[in-house]
Amino acid sequence: MRLHVDIRRHAYDDLAVLDGVAFTVEPGEILCLIGPSGCGKSTLLGIVGGLVRPTDGRVSTEGALPEGSLNPFTFVFQDFALLPWRSVAQNVAFPLEHHRLTASERDALVAEALRRTGLSDFAAALPKQLSGGMRQRVGIARALVVRPALLLLDEPLSALDAQTRELLTEDFLDLWLRERTTAIYVTHNLDEALRLADRVVVLSRRPGRIKEIVTVGVPQRARRGPEAATTLAALRERLWSLIRDEAAIADREMVHG
Amino acid sequence: MADTALREPGAAVRFRGGGFLPGTSRLAAVAAFVGLILVWQAAISFGLVSPVFLPSPVEIASALRDLTMSGELWRHLSISLVRIGSGWALGTAAGLCVGTAMALFSLARSVGLPMVSALYPIPKIALLPLLILWLGIGEVSKTATIALGVFFPTVIAVYSGIDNVPRNLIRMAQSFDVPFRDIVWKIALPGALPSIMSGFRISVSTALLLVVAAEMIGAESGIGAFVLQAGNLMQTDQLMAGVTVLSILGLIVGAALSWAERALLAWR
Repeated sequence: MRLHVDIRRHAYDDLAVLDGVAFTVEPGEILCLIGPSGCGKSTLLGIVGGLVRPTDGRVSTEGALPEGSLNPFTFVFQDFALLPWRSVAQNVAFPLEHHRLTASERDALVAEALRRTGLSDFAAALPKQLSGGMRQRVGIARALVVRPALLLLDEPLSALDAQTRELLTEDFLDLWLRERTTAIYVTHNLDEALRLADRVVVLSRRPGRIKEIVTVGVPQRARRGPEAATTLAALRERLWSLIRDEAAIADREMVHG
Repeated sequence: MADTALREPGAAVRFRGGGFLPGTSRLAAVAAFVGLILVWQAAISFGLVSPVFLPSPVEIASALRDLTMSGELWRHLSISLVRIGSGWALGTAAGLCVGTAMALFSLARSVGLPMVSALYPIPKIALLPLLILWLGIGEVSKTATIALGVFFPTVIAVYSGIDNVPRNLIRMAQSFDVPFRDIVWKIALPGALPSIMSGFRISVSTALLLVVAAEMIGAESGIGAFVLQAGNLMQTDQLMAGVTVLSILGLIVGAALSWAERALLAWR
């Protein structure tokens, strides 16, 4: 499924947040959104996922949904958004409960999602018993259990420590390489973007406009190798040069605004 | 003032992180309780306090035993319990509905918030004469007084509890197209449960308070009426026996609520 995003303008009252943001997400690609704080990345993701109504613009799809998809777009949230009173398995089952599925069908889908995310041994645990990384795995399992056409990840690793972030990035990449679920991934972290993305959309400070769409051009599997190091370093420098001044100005706006 | 020891080479860093971590000791609680009863008994045994004004713990225990054996205590207590139970159940059910509506719907919130703010501070026992005029001197007016007293803290607990459920949980459910009704039942109400349980603590205490007050004003039976009657007849041992029963009732209800909180909120 291909996704077309065309947001001519989005504002909260008089505060313009997005201005002329248009791009297409190709089937099976990871598109990363980066930009300074407050540039509207999460708002844009909310618009794509139907949680925020754009002031002027539309998001449309082209092509068929994956077979058995119960929900076309699902989110993975920065703060996990797990129901603390439910076990891991019950959290993963939550998005299935309002679908017409038998108990055995539901259990099978949950078991499969837990297996894919390495959570099978933690099915009965409560979120409070899990580390941050494991909680985010639950968030990912919950997003995958409905077989989405598009995963929307809103800074999914930013609440985690650096080591857990590394581990989870690896795991997410492994998962994506197996399944090739189309994804839009919001991050502040340039290295994370360069590890995962096929293309990186760089947004300006508020109101967010597309400054550039950078194609990474190195297959994800090859990015850990020494051959890719020079290319990735150059791309990192390029991305940083695109957002450095914007981020500095945005930071001052945030402080004094 | 600067710690001079730190300026000396090789001095150990002075610990400064103590205090502000109060704990509880069951032993201290029991000892204080037993100590109070012993001092009380001694004050009467040594003639420091007249037993007419304050009966000794032994006299109160004896009165309690007699009232239990005669069945009079149970007769009064059961009547009060029925009033508390029916009033609390009514007030809680109405409070849950109104509080939920206020938390979820703009119109209910717009109308409900000023209403609750205006009516909550009124001492509900002051409305009993009016309720007697409207509903008669029988059980209904007493139940209504208790229900009214229970209603407002329940509304506030439910409303604020749902209002404080993290919005990201609601958005998460919406992102999965979970129907509104399911979001209320599976996220809003369970998420509000800690606040609702706190509200129950307040509402049960209020119900206990109001049943005694209502029975003192307009009843011939019930613990409140019994305590008032004992006071009028200067039967202070019986009066204190009634007060002791109320205290024990409060402790039992508190313990039951603590148990329910542990069972229902184990996820916290």
